[in-house]
Amino acid sequence: MRHLRPLSVTLTALAMSLGLLLGAGAQAEELVKYQIVGGESIDKSLTGQPGDPVNGRKLAINRKLGNCLACHVLPIPEQAFHGNVGPDLSEAGGNLSEGEIRLRVVDSKVLNPDTIMPAFYRNDGFERVMKKFQGKTMLSAQQVEDVVAYIMTLKGN
Amino acid sequence: MRWRPIAVVLGFGLFIGAYGAVLAQGDGKMAKYFVGDLRTGYTFATPETQAIQDDDFANPAFLWVDYAVELWEDPSGDAGKACSDCHGAAEDTMKGVGARYPVYNAELGKPINLEQRINKCRVDNMQAKAWKYESRELLGMTAYVKSQSRGMPVQVQIDGPMAPFYEKGKAFYFQRRGQLDMACANCHEGNAGNMIRANLLSQGQSNGFPLYRLKWQKLGSLHRRFRGCNKQVRAAPYGYGSDEYVNLELFVANRGMGLPVETPGVRM
Ligand code: HEC
Ligand code: HEC
Repeated sequence: MRHLRPLSVTLTALAMSLGLLLGAGAQAEELVKYQIVGGESIDKSLTGQPGDPVNGRKLAINRKLGNCLACHVLPIPEQAFHGNVGPDLSEAGGNLSEGEIRLRVVDSKVLNPDTIMPAFYRNDGFERVMKKFQGKTMLSAQQVEDVVAYIMTLKGN
Repeated sequence: MRWRPIAVVLGFGLFIGAYGAVLAQGDGKMAKYFVGDLRTGYTFATPETQAIQDDDFANPAFLWVDYAVELWEDPSGDAGKACSDCHGAAEDTMKGVGARYPVYNAELGKPINLEQRINKCRVDNMQAKAWKYESRELLGMTAYVKSQSRGMPVQVQIDGPMAPFYEKGKAFYFQRRGQLDMACANCHEGNAGNMIRANLLSQGQSNGFPLYRLKWQKLGSLHRRFRGCNKQVRAAPYGYGSDEYVNLELFVANRGMGLPVETPGVRM
């Protein structure tokens, strides 16, 4: 089965141009359109560009951006604390396909609505978001690609 | 051989520390902080932090409490009355009070917490100005009053007129919010005992509040903690003393029913 997410991209685009016309203030960023294949994978790069694994590693550490270390163990020995709320990702690049990793970073709740893992590429459907984060995604489309490229390098030994 | 980051070993050390606390459950000193499956934040704290809480002379919270001891006797407001004029010795009259808050206030038709009760006394009975949330006075007095219940089990009313407010507090607790889309329950129900980076997640119990946080370098109210937990998931926090947080306070207190009051607690 194939379906398109987000459904509202065209609508959002319309609203955006209307918003611009009306000179409205805070706007939801327009998300890149993507396709979930078989309900479990986003096969194509969100930007059409390959990700940069070196930057991806930095994003995984950065507390204000990816902060993957908050919940996952990663092979990043120079960082003192790694969380264990999520599974160890040291071999995730060997166990999952690139598309499966991409979907998990974009929006893990597609796979598991009860997960604690935040959606890094979603900007609506949230409750009471602080003003400065309203309508924004946690990571940009290219940052998602960078993180995915980094996780893909983790094949264990 | 699998390669292990040093950090994991470090994190694991902390984890073992917490696990040690579980093992120590049977031993005399720790036993009182465990009630069935419930555990207070104390059992998740490091031995160093526990030692500060164990010793009233080392516990910095007593700087606030000692100030409140003076305020208790201090006539203030147009009525010219002190707390002690109506309530006598706090050791006698305030025993058990903190353990049963928030309580239903018929006049307002809703629950009020201990801070609000204290301020009601100031305004209605002393004709004095309400103290501000997080002021030295209100934090100190709340901690002083609640510490008269130290060791007594938390027991709040949730039936009768309290029922609808309890339900609201409960709904708040399970509502995901903020850009990180997490509910209180995500961290404190499912993941107590797990690490979020350098933070060991506890059950998020309220029995030690107001408490001294080393990070704050200050005594802080439960509502300050709620605001912090909301903000870390990038959710807009509610106001100090807001109905939302008083309802949440009611739910959280009942969730920890039976845990001993340990005010003023000490945490990282
Ligand atoms: C607040 C916690 C949290 C954060 C932050 C987090 N994750 Fe996760 N992650 C989880 C949990 C929990 C799971 C387990 C799957 C589930 O809950 O459905 C998971 C699963 C995964 C998986 C699948 C692993 C497997 O073996 O199936 C990948 C890949 C992943 N996360 C990548 C990331 C990346 C990359 C980041 C940062 C950009 C990140 N996570 C941030 C909690 C988190
Ligand atoms: C992203 C994870 C997260 C979420 C969501 C969260 N908290 Fe917390 N909370 C923490 C951390 C980390 C601490 C500090 C360590 C500890 O005691 O768990 C904490 C501490 C607390 C404490 C202090 C416990 C003590 O003994 O000192 C209380 C009470 C609390 N949280 C309640 C809540 C409530 C109520 C909510 C929802 C409004 C909430 N938390 C949401 C992570 C979270």
